[in-house]
Amino acid sequence: MRYCGKIIVTLKPGVFDPQGMTIRNALHALSYREVEEVETGKYFRVALEAETKEEAALRIKEMCDQLLANPVIEQYSFEIEET
Amino acid sequence: MRRREAVRVLDLEVIAENLGLRKEEYRRILDLLGRSPTPTEIAMFSVEWSEHCGYPHSRKWLELLPREGYFEVLVGEDAGGIVYDDIVIVFKMESHNHPSQIEPKQGAATGIGGIIRDILGSGARPIACLDSLHFGSLEDPHSRHIVHGVVEGIAFYGNCVGVPTVAGETWFYPAFRGNCLVNVMCVGIAPKGKLVRAIAKGVDNAIVYVGNRTGRDGIGGCSILASQEFAENEEKRPSVQIADPFAEKCLIEATLEALETGFVVGVKDMGAAGLTCSSSEMAASGGSGVEIDLDRVPVREEGMEAWEIMMSESQERMLLCVEKGHEGEVQGIFKKWGLEAEVVGRVTDAGRVTIRYRGEIVADIPALELVRPPVYTPQRKRPDYLDKVNAFRLEDIPPVEDLQGAFLKLLGSPNLASKRWIFEQYDHMVQTNTVVLPGRGTVVLRVKGKPWGIAVTADCNPFYCYLDPYRGAQIAVAEAARNLASCGAYPAGITDCLNFGNPEKPDRYWQFVEAVRGLSDACRFFRIPVVSGNVSFYNESPLGTVYPTPTVGMVGVVEDVAKVVRAHFVQEESFLVLFGETKAELGGSEYLRVVHGLEVGPPPEVDLFFEKRLQEFLIECVEGELFLSSMDVSEGGLAIALAEAALSGEEPLGCVVDLAPLGNLREDVMLFGESCGRALASVKPSKIGEVTERAKDGGIPFAILGRVGGNELVFRKGEETLFSLPLGRAREIWEGAITRHV
Amino acid sequence: MRFGVVVFPGSNCDYDCFYVLKDVLHQDVVFLWHQEEDLRGCDCIILPGGFSYGDYLRTGAIARFSPIMRAVQDFVLRGGIVLGICNGFQILLEGGLLPGALLPNRDGRFICRYVSLRVENTNTPFTLLFSPGEVIRIPIAHYQGNFFLPEEELSELERRGQVLFRYCGPSGEVDAAFNPNGSVGNIAGVASLNFRVMGMMPHPERASEDLLGSSDGQRIFLSIVKWYEEEGSRACS
Repeated sequence: MRYCGKIIVTLKPGVFDPQGMTIRNALHALSYREVEEVETGKYFRVALEAETKEEAALRIKEMCDQLLANPVIEQYSFEIEET
Repeated sequence: MRRREAVRVLDLEVIAENLGLRKEEYRRILDLLGRSPTPTEIAMFSVEWSEHCGYPHSRKWLELLPREGYFEVLVGEDAGGIVYDDIVIVFKMESHNHPSQIEPKQGAATGIGGIIRDILGSGARPIACLDSLHFGSLEDPHSRHIVHGVVEGIAFYGNCVGVPTVAGETWFYPAFRGNCLVNVMCVGIAPKGKLVRAIAKGVDNAIVYVGNRTGRDGIGGCSILASQEFAENEEKRPSVQIADPFAEKCLIEATLEALETGFVVGVKDMGAAGLTCSSSEMAASGGSGVEIDLDRVPVREEGMEAWEIMMSESQERMLLCVEKGHEGEVQGIFKKWGLEAEVVGRVTDAGRVTIRYRGEIVADIPALELVRPPVYTPQRKRPDYLDKVNAFRLEDIPPVEDLQGAFLKLLGSPNLASKRWIFEQYDHMVQTNTVVLPGRGTVVLRVKGKPWGIAVTADCNPFYCYLDPYRGAQIAVAEAARNLASCGAYPAGITDCLNFGNPEKPDRYWQFVEAVRGLSDACRFFRIPVVSGNVSFYNESPLGTVYPTPTVGMVGVVEDVAKVVRAHFVQEESFLVLFGETKAELGGSEYLRVVHGLEVGPPPEVDLFFEKRLQEFLIECVEGELFLSSMDVSEGGLAIALAEAALSGEEPLGCVVDLAPLGNLREDVMLFGESCGRALASVKPSKIGEVTERAKDGGIPFAILGRVGGNELVFRKGEETLFSLPLGRAREIWEGAITRHV
Repeated sequence: MRFGVVVFPGSNCDYDCFYVLKDVLHQDVVFLWHQEEDLRGCDCIILPGGFSYGDYLRTGAIARFSPIMRAVQDFVLRGGIVLGICNGFQILLEGGLLPGALLPNRDGRFICRYVSLRVENTNTPFTLLFSPGEVIRIPIAHYQGNFFLPEEELSELERRGQVLFRYCGPSGEVDAAFNPNGSVGNIAGVASLNFRVMGMMPHPERASEDLLGSSDGQRIFLSIVKWYEEEGSRACS
């Protein structure tokens, strides 16, 4: 079965996000002063073959742990869809 | 729900122990305070007295290093420099080994950031960085991961901040697998008389915090100090330090602009131990005291405790001492550049570091005591392995049959190969001062508006130091000086970065002391002062301890930058001359390691008297415009030096050499031996007479080996051709040695 | 004539451009802070290289909204001369003043090295001192220099002669082997429709003194000076 994992990787709480801070300041400069915080992250869409949704989820989790997220400073979340 | 409990005395001792303070250190704190310390005070002592900041295990030996030389020396609190003409050249090297092993990109990046701020803190504009990197073998996937991350980190930070990373060295040995070494050096220049000190002085002058906000970066798991219970899902996890080179670039411009106002009394980087170190050391150096109100510190996390703010190692922050009444003007400059700038305290004459938070005094310590960590002199014992590894004799191995095969192996050995893959990721041209680019000999920077230039190099062969720390350190100094001399630069000053294992183990400590002695003796002999430096201990992992690595960063002056000479061949038919004596020694050589699989010594002999004469001779020849190209001969020996000279130019140029003039030595010794005190030059036919005359006058042995020309590397011995290699093939191997792994 | 070098937070090559113009080519040159809207009577605006705003979000994406860029937009509409170098080129693209986009380098790494460029069109204020097809040496230093434009627009660009520089070999051969970053058509520099705005990835200010390895870059700045002497003072209103 074909599945699709939609993964979002962001920095762990407390880890400094200089890009987020700079983007927030830029938004303020463009008069979006109501913006309190901006957090940056990465989005991955991984299409894969798997027997079951659970198996796909397990494999995606392994991929995140091993490659897609840096466990020292990043965390991740994902959704799996059948396609 | 928040609960505050009085912390019992017994708990304080436990806290102190957990933060790394010894029992006797805790007792000393009790004595000098005359009471029990607060948790914040314990935290402050623990970081200020740590190896990282206080150098308890090394201070005594570092006093051996000479601070005087040919050029006038200025030594500041955090960096030092030499004076030439009306300029001070400030430089320092630091390590960021452990963070880079954990998070290679951010670890290396924050290393660059930190060393740049140290130079900036003296009021100098940073003009160049160097990196001295040591990794495990490229065959090992984990080491490759670290190599990628570290190079990416240095590139990411250095390029963005606009300081060119122009030179360095990279070594690959299994000993560094569990603990890489990332030593980074920064060079800056300032008009003489415009240097700033890291002091807080003048009662009521302001202490101004500038840069990025403070978070929990770098705080090592101290949850035991939490005075409130955590909510169920909350995590106050200690964070890896994250680099923000954009903020640093703004910090550089803002700080230099602020210094122009004339109202800045002192500047200090908030690096290791952050606010604790900067505030107390500025007070101590200024002979004064400071009062700081932590409520005024810009923070980026909620609910930070006093000890967290004092211990935080958030990057891109500095502390300024500004003349009373002019705070607004200085703050305005930093805010213009988008940085925080807050008055967080005042200078006092009480000689104490007094910290307030949420209406209470949380710390009140005599400044001079805080910055005077204990000095330890651990036991040292000569390691047992030394005799065994240094028992090698040349006769133990037969001369290798396949010389060409050996050459190809060496050409393809990462330690000797082209490092283009690394330096092309660094913007080494920004600021338009790089006259001699990396990969073509010793890097030379021009100084705008001046006829003279600055040559820079970083050298140390860690394997030699493992075999003999004293001699290895001497060779590092000699090689650095030889590198500078071969492009025409007078060696002017050194910054050292000393990387060793656990100092509490007597054999590691012995290595450290021997290396410092070697460094000191060589510097004293050459009259090159050590203006600054850094010590990194505890470079060990379950996989073992690193090779003792006293990295030498050396800066030299080229009097006429237009006359500077590069390493690569430039002219067909020019003569090839080898200066110095090739001795019957192979110990410590890359050849022995890579071709014979033997990691044994002793390392080559080093004759400081001769090295000095050779330096003078080389400089004289370059200034007299007698050389077309020149470089030192070291790792890999003569054969590799010739290959480098042939391949590192825009247009490769081959050569034909006859080894017979080197005397009655084994062929592998002549080709791959790493005897010290040697340099290789190519000379116009019309100048060869003068060169050889000067060499004879100077007592410099020399051998005319052949001529530049053709598109092959040809090695002969008398009538016999030993082997040859087309340049195309040589280039493929030499350039590909690292890229095929990464 | 007067040159203006814009300084954004994070610009690195502003001093380098200023130094070449003032100390090497003896031109009248001033710095223009990104917050200002006054171009101070400048006849040519230079957007220098570097990492404005750290290249955070997208390179050039934040800088293009600076107050100074509003003034530069108006200046361009009036026919003014603008040269964007490296990050400056990126800012012009984000601001829509030049066509195309710059993607990450093909090999995924920052590259700093000298390259050869072939001058394609010498009928512009930036290239009139070169001969058609001349090969020059200028260094690059970028992570995101991979120029991209969809097929159709690319053909138009080429047809109109808006490509000013291409990466090439030492004898002018335009070949994939000499393309350092994957740019379509080996394109290293392009001009606007009216040829008054140019963006280039290589750094001419780093190749304006023989001491540093090449002085070919000088002629880009000197072309502008010459053009202004002959046409510029008449052309700009």
